[in-house]
Amino acid sequence: MTPLEQTGDTPVLQLTDIHQVYGTGDAAVHALRGITLEIAQGDYVAIMGPSGSGKSTLMNLLGCLDVASSGTYLLAGSDVKTLDENQLARIRNRQVGFVFQSFNLVPRMSALGNVELPLVYARVPRAERRTRALDALDMVGLADRANHQPQELSGGQQQRVAIARALVASPTLVLADEPTGNLDSASTDEILAMFDLLARDGRTIVVITHEKHVADQAHRVITLSDGVIVSDRITANTPMAGSRS
Amino acid sequence: MILSALRGINANKLRSVLTLLGVMIGVASVILLLAVGNGSAQTVNSAISQLGTNTLTVRPTGGGGGAQTAASTGSTKQITMAVGREIQSAKLGHVRAVIPQVAGSLTVASTTASETAISVIGTVPAYFTVGTNSVATGSSFTTEDVTTSAKVAVIGQTLAAELFPTGSALGQQVTVGGTPLTIVGILAQQGSIGFNDPNSVIIAPISRIQASFTGYGAVSSLTIEATNSDAVAAAQGEVEIMLNQLLGITNTADEPYTIINQGSLLQTAATSAASFTALLGAVAAISLLVGGIGVTNVMLVTVTERTREIGIRKALGATRGAILGQFLAEAATLTLLGGVLGVAVALIGAQFPITGTLPVILPFSIPLALGVSVAIGVFFGVYPAARAAAMRPIQALRAI
Ligand SMILES: Nc1ncnc2c1ncn2[C@@H]1O[C@H](COP(=O)(O)OP(=O)(O)O)[C@@H](O)[C@H]1O
Ligand SMILES: [Mg+2]
Repeated sequence: MTPLEQTGDTPVLQLTDIHQVYGTGDAAVHALRGITLEIAQGDYVAIMGPSGSGKSTLMNLLGCLDVASSGTYLLAGSDVKTLDENQLARIRNRQVGFVFQSFNLVPRMSALGNVELPLVYARVPRAERRTRALDALDMVGLADRANHQPQELSGGQQQRVAIARALVASPTLVLADEPTGNLDSASTDEILAMFDLLARDGRTIVVITHEKHVADQAHRVITLSDGVIVSDRITANTPMAGSRS
Repeated sequence: MILSALRGINANKLRSVLTLLGVMIGVASVILLLAVGNGSAQTVNSAISQLGTNTLTVRPTGGGGGAQTAASTGSTKQITMAVGREIQSAKLGHVRAVIPQVAGSLTVASTTASETAISVIGTVPAYFTVGTNSVATGSSFTTEDVTTSAKVAVIGQTLAAELFPTGSALGQQVTVGGTPLTIVGILAQQGSIGFNDPNSVIIAPISRIQASFTGYGAVSSLTIEATNSDAVAAAQGEVEIMLNQLLGITNTADEPYTIINQGSLLQTAATSAASFTALLGAVAAISLLVGGIGVTNVMLVTVTERTREIGIRKALGATRGAILGQFLAEAATLTLLGGVLGVAVALIGAQFPITGTLPVILPFSIPLALGVSVAIGVFFGVYPAARAAAMRPIQALRAI
């Protein structure tokens, strides 16, 4: 399993007839009702849709934080259903960088400590861990806040720490669930600029958003409604010639 | 691992302090309570060995110095040296020796120092063969000394040191209530069993003390040495019959003396000391349990509180093993630290008498208390964390 070597238009994510059902019987909620979708290496995808349409549910499946009720999900060619607990942990650690709407920094742990975490679980030696974490913080412009705890940082700064943490292990896939949902417009612009850079760097990016100008940055916009894809279009700023259905 | 555990502990100071305190108090109280029980048991046991388990004490009742009111007893006689000698020469089946004693409290002085209200005992050489009343240096006085009312004495170690701080007391002269006595022996060190220091005493031939101070009337007590510790009760019966004959007592319901079987009193005390230790042990076990429940509570709350953190860590790629390792290291470090502090507190606390007895720490209680508290802390620190770590990341993340 070497998805790091994936290049070009090879689909890195491949979903076929994915269903997700929460609860059972009368209380069952059909959050996803048959999603079929391919995302290629280097794509920059925005996912839109009304609240409750299943965006987060889809994102959690993509990031291997949850397992689908039915359907197949191939990540870099391998079916995640066949992977064991430790292999999934490894994928989350090395290949996926997750940015949450609610930041999800570990409380009472410094910004540097938070950014180091993925490297800790990747068993990177202490000294290298420190340099790489500081580099990542520097990239999001927070090198001078390395020793601050989350509660001492503003919302925008916390989200930048979370982005540094998502990127520190150089994942091929960056997933962001409404990353700017809790931020003011200035912070939103900073973070969008950051995603732009990442996209130009060739990372695969999937962003959930409600905001049109955030979606406009992406190369491709997928719209969900009631658990199904209702539109999937290429935006004007896509660098890729090929079309997609 | 330890470093990150310390960081985790530092990040949750309040609950860390609570856990630490719970373990510390639990461990310290178990060790100390058992030590108190053990200490009192040892005091009783040393008293037993000091008195000997094969002795009886006959003490006249009513009137100081053994003077009796004859009215109701039908007796006009007192317990004297002569009575003691008669019992001795009767060769009763279960009696080995009869040791008469007279006692007083007098000022004892050397040329350089003087001590008031010192316990002065007049007795016979057999006194030094009972219990732990042996002579350590020099020798006891002899039967000859008793016959001749010799001016000699055996002295206790504390008194010897007080009167002769610079050199040995052996061969030196002391004046006891004005009478000069030569010290021929020094008693072996004795454990304290009451308020009086048994090492601050001077012992002289009974005839000498009678001649100089008490007169030749009643003695203070007769110590009866039985042939062995199982013969004490039989000896008591024999002595009682003989005494009643000698004293001409007709009304045995109102004897002018009591016979005290100290050995059996102390055996009873030893038995109750043992059950006291068991009781304290039970209290200690309860306190350890309560401490454990406290720790458990803190740990459970902590893990519930930190389930979200576990979710974050899993989302970042932590394996179940890594999460477990983290919580194990934290719980183990905390409870071990608390346990070691508890042992330290117990060791310090055992230096001070508690309700009159000096606690003596039972060695096995330290690993027992440490082991149980660490096991409780680690189990309840790790078990809920293991459950949280087994969740899918999104489940743990949604936990509030
Ligand atoms: N853990 C859950 N248990 C039950 N229902 C859920 C759970 N998570 C999401 N849902 C339901 O699934 C649907 C889709 O939710 P979600 O994916 O969070 O929507 P979005 O992110 O688009 O707002 C909603 O109706 C929501 O209530
Ligand atoms: Mg959502």
